[in-house]
Amino acid sequence: MLISTALFSSFACSAKPDSTAAANHPAAVKADADNAGLTLPKGFGALKVTDAYKGARHIVVTPQGDIYVKLSGLKDGKGVYLLHDANGDGKADEQTGFANYGGTGVAIKDGYLYASSNTDVYRYKLDADNKVTNPDAPEKIITGLIDRHQHESKSIALDDAGNIYVNIGAYSNSCQEKDRSTGSLGRKPCPILDSAGGIWQFKADKLNQTYGDGVRYATGLRNVVGLDWNKTTNTLFVMQHGRDGLHDLFPSMFDTKQSAELPSECMYELKQGVNAGWPYIYYDQIQKKKILAPEYGGDGKKTGGEDAIDPTVAFPGHLAPNALLFYTGSMFPEKYKNGAFVAFHGSWNRAPEPQKGYFVVFVPFKDGKPSGDWEVFADGFAGGPEFISPGKAKHRPTGLAQGPDGSLYVSDDSGGTIYRIIYNK
Amino acid sequence: MIKGIIVSAALSVIACVSVNAQAPSKAAMAKGKELYTQYCLTCHQPDGEGVPNLNPPLIKTSYTVGDKTKLITWVLSGTTDKKEIDGQFYSNNMPPQNYLKDEEISAVLTYIRNSFGNKASAVSAAEVKKVRATVK
Repeated sequence: MLISTALFSSFACSAKPDSTAAANHPAAVKADADNAGLTLPKGFGALKVTDAYKGARHIVVTPQGDIYVKLSGLKDGKGVYLLHDANGDGKADEQTGFANYGGTGVAIKDGYLYASSNTDVYRYKLDADNKVTNPDAPEKIITGLIDRHQHESKSIALDDAGNIYVNIGAYSNSCQEKDRSTGSLGRKPCPILDSAGGIWQFKADKLNQTYGDGVRYATGLRNVVGLDWNKTTNTLFVMQHGRDGLHDLFPSMFDTKQSAELPSECMYELKQGVNAGWPYIYYDQIQKKKILAPEYGGDGKKTGGEDAIDPTVAFPGHLAPNALLFYTGSMFPEKYKNGAFVAFHGSWNRAPEPQKGYFVVFVPFKDGKPSGDWEVFADGFAGGPEFISPGKAKHRPTGLAQGPDGSLYVSDDSGGTIYRIIYNK
Repeated sequence: MIKGIIVSAALSVIACVSVNAQAPSKAAMAKGKELYTQYCLTCHQPDGEGVPNLNPPLIKTSYTVGDKTKLITWVLSGTTDKKEIDGQFYSNNMPPQNYLKDEEISAVLTYIRNSFGNKASAVSAAEVKKVRATVK
């Protein structure tokens, strides 16, 4: 009852012309005096839309400028919130919660909102204002996906041909006989790959699909949290979280410094049927080679994975890429058009070496391929150098979304902040 | 003579106090730190803070400073289950550490129970041995 009242009032609000001020008059939105604590390239500014959504995972912004945020757990019993800016100052001042499940994925496509738990994917019909019409009765389109705690989040992306792509992370670090145990060898073939460690494709409009109804679209991906459909290439791009513990598991082959840098966190362009090589190989961004994993007879030098694809971009190890977004807006300067933003949650597996990440990077693209080196775009989320650690960081970038005016939104599951980054023309 | 008696009385009081509190020896703490650095630090972090949602912290959690049998069992057996620790769940598996000797587990557990702001009784090798006999 409360929910329907709240929804009804947001419908009522959205009928007022001034309620869409944020979308129609982007100039009215000003950066916070301190740019919300972020360090940004010249000409950019940032504001805090809200800081009330601890566990904020992925986000999506509607053409009206409203934000849907998926929470990892429940806040007041709800796992998805719609945030509305009624007075056009860029700050969320009305919110509506629904969905009785935590999770990571959220997306909008062709009149539906899609959201995922760690086992299922739901969709909600949207009205002309992109507000959900059936908050308590979504359609369950995918069900029964594996959740064995490790790498359990299900991220989603949709193409233009009626398909939805779901990451099913491997419930293992490197498919050892004994997970994360020193010296334990790899299982061959790795049995996890039949139902996890890849991207599955399902129909976006069919109910109750499970493994048998979907297609294992790409395999050999340990865990993907950030993924996006690239409209320039008409292909899916994903960010893999690379394996942990080269030194801890094989101390005679790797020292702590090598183990902190390796393996690469890779961006891959996926075409149907490809294999990215996990767990048999990893990508070494320093040697620029696919290296046989020590669990499978590797020694840090032997190459492998002749049938595995090469990465599109190879980042340093353990930075934890949790979101990927190809920027198609026109607010930012030309260099950003069609390029990739990647939100790095920040490392833990670099210890005892210093941690790294906790920032958003940019990779310029031209004709669907990287046209330059990656660079840090937004930094300072952790709160200062002394907070660059998973337990101390005040904010950890988790989700990315583009607003109708071309603003870039960044969510943070640690501090619960949603940032909006704007360019001051 | 009297002075000597007082001094030795005082010394035995100190000795008694430290035995009662089971305060860890410097040697045990040093050995524990060395083992912690080698086997535990990557996941549980240099300051025992762990990794939110992935690897549990060791700072004043009921498992760390509470019942020793539960703690020793966890370390020997590891876990692949999603277990609740003080209201939180953590996603990563803990590998069994049963390859460590009783004395080593005693040292590292004594270390974590008396580091990162924790203050709890030492874990003896005999206690580890006793629990090991009950763990598959």
